Amino acid sequence: MRHIISILMENEPGALSRVVGLFSQRNFNIESLNVAPTDDATLSRLTVTTVGDDRVIEQITKHLNKLIDVVKLVDLTEGNHVERELMLVKVKALGAQRDEVKRTVDIFRAQIVDVTPSVYTVQITGDAAKLDAFLQAMSPIGVLEVARTGVSGISRGDKVLSL
Amino acid sequence: MELLSGADMIARFLKDEGVEYIYGYPGGAALHIYDALFRQDAVKHILVRHEQAATHAADGYARASGKPGTVLVTSGPGATNTVTGIATAYMDSIPMVVLCGQVASHLIGEDAFQETDIVGVTRPIVKHSFIIKHPTEIPTVLKKAYYLAASGRPGPVVVDIPKDMTAPTERYEYVYPKKVKLRSYNPVTRGHTGQIKKAVELMLKARRPVFYTGGGVVTGDASEALTDLVQRLGYPITTTLMGIGAYPQRDRQSLGWLGMHGSYEANMAMHHADLIVAIGARFDDRVTNNTSKFCPTAKIVHVDIDPSSISKTVRADVPIVGPAGSVISEMISLVQGREPANPEALTEWWERIDGWRDERRGKLYEPAAPGEPLKPQQVIEAICEVTRGEAFVTTDVGQHQMFAAQYYKFDKPNRFITSGGLGTMGFGFPAAMGIKQNYPDDDVVCITGEGSFQMMMQELSTCKQYGVGVKIVNLNNQSLGMVRQWQDLNYKSRHAHSYMESLPDFGKLIEAYGFTAIRVEREEDLLPALERAFADKDELVFLDVYVDPREHVYPMQVPLGSMRDMLLSKTERT
Repeated sequence: MRHIISILMENEPGALSRVVGLFSQRNFNIESLNVAPTDDATLSRLTVTTVGDDRVIEQITKHLNKLIDVVKLVDLTEGNHVERELMLVKVKALGAQRDEVKRTVDIFRAQIVDVTPSVYTVQITGDAAKLDAFLQAMSPIGVLEVARTGVSGISRGDKVLSL
Repeated sequence: MELLSGADMIARFLKDEGVEYIYGYPGGAALHIYDALFRQDAVKHILVRHEQAATHAADGYARASGKPGTVLVTSGPGATNTVTGIATAYMDSIPMVVLCGQVASHLIGEDAFQETDIVGVTRPIVKHSFIIKHPTEIPTVLKKAYYLAASGRPGPVVVDIPKDMTAPTERYEYVYPKKVKLRSYNPVTRGHTGQIKKAVELMLKARRPVFYTGGGVVTGDASEALTDLVQRLGYPITTTLMGIGAYPQRDRQSLGWLGMHGSYEANMAMHHADLIVAIGARFDDRVTNNTSKFCPTAKIVHVDIDPSSISKTVRADVPIVGPAGSVISEMISLVQGREPANPEALTEWWERIDGWRDERRGKLYEPAAPGEPLKPQQVIEAICEVTRGEAFVTTDVGQHQMFAAQYYKFDKPNRFITSGGLGTMGFGFPAAMGIKQNYPDDDVVCITGEGSFQMMMQELSTCKQYGVGVKIVNLNNQSLGMVRQWQDLNYKSRHAHSYMESLPDFGKLIEAYGFTAIRVEREEDLLPALERAFADKDELVFLDVYVDPREHVYPMQVPLGSMRDMLLSKTERT
């Protein structure tokens, strides 16, 4: 099963490499990884999506918690949560394709953020499945380049991940 | 207020922290620190002959004394030479702080002379690591390093110190930090009472219980409490290789140690148990054999300070996260005044265990016939006899290690000192050196083989310099015995590179360093040679004991089998 684990970690050099190293060292999977500072300058938030049965996920969270730089973590998939990913895609846009791309962009509630005579750059946010669906819809027209941020997420309701 | 350079801060901190010994080797990036050490005499520095030996010596010191070991090396090759020793300490959860010189900060990343990213290299084998970014950080970072190394589940910590951080010209205020806090690190201090109660209920109701305890009891200083609990209940106990001595092995309730080369009765009892109480042990593959066939009828209580050890390879029915000592004490108070619920079942259980014991009595190995080479097992028994079972015994890795564990009987913890998890050849001799310096009045013997000894024999020179009187017993079978055994069993005796065709004359080698070597080939020479070797506690003596190269270590668990599937000799199998 797919899990989204969000981690608050010390904003220290080397902290990220410890988390990433742990996954390769213990033969765990990383499907996507997203890391950025938070409102607290001493903390970074890292969100990793991984796949494994309950035993593997239990080991992943236990080993992450063992890392000295990891302050707190939550498995978002254990409860209701909001999950988002941002993707920038360059698609071919020539002649009649330009309208077709524009229509599909509207259907997906995406935005065209850059235009050239032959290429549209599209920005789209949503969960991973929506982004996949958009790529599939665009593939007959021609996807030239894809940049995805990886999943970021937050739990629904009053619960917060903070110190 | 006191102004000190970074290098002087390090020396002062080590003194304030109560560090007695540093094992190390100087080099360019560490020279400011070495100069600071030269100008003080509170902390003793031991100059080894290879940085790997420094880590093993510090490790041996830590295992015997329970205090963190300290290592100091220079950057680049000095640092990379510590990797095997750091990994050894990591696998066995040994507290150690490794201080590495590093090239000056402005050179980092430029492939400077003797530059290695040692924090990167050691990342998967340390509990944590630090790079000093400013000299003022030194006292706090070092305090954190020692705190992390020794608390919770202990382990090695690396501190990388760029040369400019220790420059003698720049001075800053020094205050010894009495305490440090890390917001992300709060090791548990006690187990969950509800879970402990549940475990105790299972223990009292058990019909075929076995205690299975490991290194966590030794490092957690919980041997006395464990012995108390086990004797109150009257249950059998087996330990891991790392847990040897946590419960007196000569006591009737001790089944010896378990696993791949563990005792027949320990493995049989585990397989047939209905309750396993695991404390400070981690169900590793050399213990469990095939986990899908592991102890099919047993419920499992698992106590460990590290939550990630619990249910890692074998699922626990009652997991308890907590330090061995406090959990065991709580168990004792719950057991107090109560009796096991099934005394008849327990009597029957002991009868079965005694039956297994009787089956193997007198059949453990075939003594040497007259004129035949000595058996390694009898050499260990003789060492145990001469040292009255009270020596610190270190080993290297291979057949001699298993024989030492099987035939030397330990009644105290911290006495059998071996690289259990990583299985590091070359560990034993420098570890013995680290122990002997701190226990000069005790017998410290390194039981080794000619393969392992040659990996770290340069430390003879260190022993000469500091007058370290360890005893070395080389079980010389002129081959890499354990490799050879596997080749006999699995590769139709094709002895690929397990034969040492050009062994040195160990007698001459030892004499070259100014020590005494005694060669033993006949049974009648064994005891006199051992008595001679152990006569003077301050003298290093090397016994080169020729033993039968055809001997195998048994019992030996059959690959992919259960705990009870064992080879018992070259011709017998369970």
